[in-house]
Order: sequence, then structure tokens, then C-alpha cells
Amino acid sequence: MDVVINGEHRKVSSGTLLDLLNELELDPRAVVVEHNRKIVRRTGLGGVTVQEGDAIELVHFVGGG
Amino acid sequence: MTTAVETIRDEPLTIGGRTFQSRLLVGTGKYPDMDTMVRAIEASGAEVVTVAVRRVNLDRTKDSSVLHYLDPKHYFLLANTAGCYTAEDAIRYARLGREAGFNDFVKLEVIGDEETLLPDVQGLLEAAKVLVKEGFKVLAYTNEDLITALRLEDAGCAAVMPLASPIGSGLGLLNPFSVRTIKRRLRVPVIVDAGVGTASDACVTMEQGVDGILMNTAIAAAQDPVAMAHAMRLATIAGRAAFLAGRMPRREVAMPSSPTKGMLD
Repeated sequence: MDVVINGEHRKVSSGTLLDLLNELELDPRAVVVEHNRKIVRRTGLGGVTVQEGDAIELVHFVGGG
Repeated sequence: MTTAVETIRDEPLTIGGRTFQSRLLVGTGKYPDMDTMVRAIEASGAEVVTVAVRRVNLDRTKDSSVLHYLDPKHYFLLANTAGCYTAEDAIRYARLGREAGFNDFVKLEVIGDEETLLPDVQGLLEAAKVLVKEGFKVLAYTNEDLITALRLEDAGCAAVMPLASPIGSGLGLLNPFSVRTIKRRLRVPVIVDAGVGTASDACVTMEQGVDGILMNTAIAAAQDPVAMAHAMRLATIAGRAAFLAGRMPRREVAMPSSPTKGMLD
């Protein structure tokens, strides 16, 4: 399935956002997920199914001023 | 290290209901390496440290988060909206930062110009109003302009943060009069954010009576960031102490320090 993650087209297996993070080897506690412009809370990640063409942003804190 | 200036009598810094002992707030960007950053922040004595919200690098995610190096139990992490050029973007980043972080505070930046990184005060006010309504404690990075500062306070910002000079410029406090005026007129804390280059700049800034100072590049880009962080810590304390002490009046003519009477014939 084709989705856009952090602005890049990627092929991922079907499943929930939590499955997606597992597939990408990301710790759900260490990233914030924005799914089609809507923030999905950590506890809700397993309840949202990823659809073809979804825009997903995965962000975290980096050094900044 | 203990110094005499640490014995000054002062109130703690309170922003949005949170109390801090240190009046120096520091950023976490642009350090040569993470170990230097950690040691510099420790040497600065800062409790509030700013962080940015960015995309995870999907190809190389291990240890890239600043949280691997800074314990959020030990430091108060203040998410910023750096790099945002519209109110809409800044609001989006603020929401993501709140979700990633540990508090409702945001250092709100809406930049208006790429060369100077000066704030877009119209976008800033717009974003501040929305975020305050959503329960954020907004610390607004702004120009040293009184009217904007007053409007940000009216909008419900928890602190107003006028610049000393442009971000990363190291030019020091260019407009002490305006910063003093803002401090005199506002009830919320005034934190000078951006532009200091060395310890004397921090000291002069704190001597204006502002509540605190936020810096990043002055420490991170110093030849020895850890030593500069220590210098900034002392300068912030010294400037604050001097402000509380109250300086002597300026005079255009000299006044002898020794008695003029009792001189020999």
C-alpha cells in the first residue's frame, strides 16, 4: 500500500498506525503521529487503520533554540 | 562552584504558574556534539531548555531525539515553533510539541523574513490568540516593540520575549530603552530572547530589569561552549544582582572619590 510518510512516498503493509510504527522500528513513546493533519494520541494508534494515500507525519524533539 | 553573587536576595522566576530558580533559559541547537550540549546546559544552570519539533529521520532514527540526552524529569522542556512562517504552521507545530512533550508551554515563533529572522508580529498575535484559547502557556518571541508586547499580553501570553538582536547574530542588546520600556509596562514576565553574543551582553540585558534571558548560539557557537555556559550563568546572576542593587546615577562630569578637604598647603 502506498502512503506518504514525512513527505516521502513509501510502500507499507496494511494495518494500524501502531503496526506502521512497528514496521518502521519506531518506539511509539518516542514519536508523535499526525495522520492526515490530525494528531493521533499514543493510546489511539492501534485504533486507526492506515489507508492508501494517507499522509502521515512522524515527529520528535531535536535540538533547537 | 560557589560565588558571592549567588547570595543575592531575589524572587524565583515564575512563568505560567511554574517557578524556576535560574533566570537563564537555554537552547539545545547547533552544538558540535551531544556530549558538549549536555555539559554546557549543566554548566549554564538553566532549568528551562528549548527544543524543536522536526520529522523523524526514517533511515537513521537511533539516538537522534534530544530526549536521549536530556532527562525531562531534570529539565523543563520548552518546545518551540522555530522555522514557522505562518500562524497556521506555528499552531500545528505547537500542537505536535505539546503531544511530544511534557507540558502546555510553547515558545511561539512566527518568522516574517528569512534574512533577518525577524518576527511576523501579525501572524504571531493571531497564533497566540488561538493557542491561548487551547490552553497553551504561550511565550511569544517578538520584536522590541512595546505595542506588540502589550497586545501579546492582552492576548493572554504567559511571557513576552523581545529580542536583543536578530537570532544567532551575537550583536547583543541593541535597544535597551525599548526593552526597559516593555518591562516597565508589562505585568507578565519579560524574557529577552535571541541576539546575545557574550557574557557582557547577558549582563547588560539583565541589568535592564528583565525577568530572564534565553540564548542558544552564544553558548553553542563559542569556542568552548561549556566554559561560555558557565560565563553566561555568572553574567545572568551578576546582571540581575546589579539591577536589584540599583546603579548609581550617570553624571556628565567627574566627582572625586577622595575628600577634597584636608589637602596639604
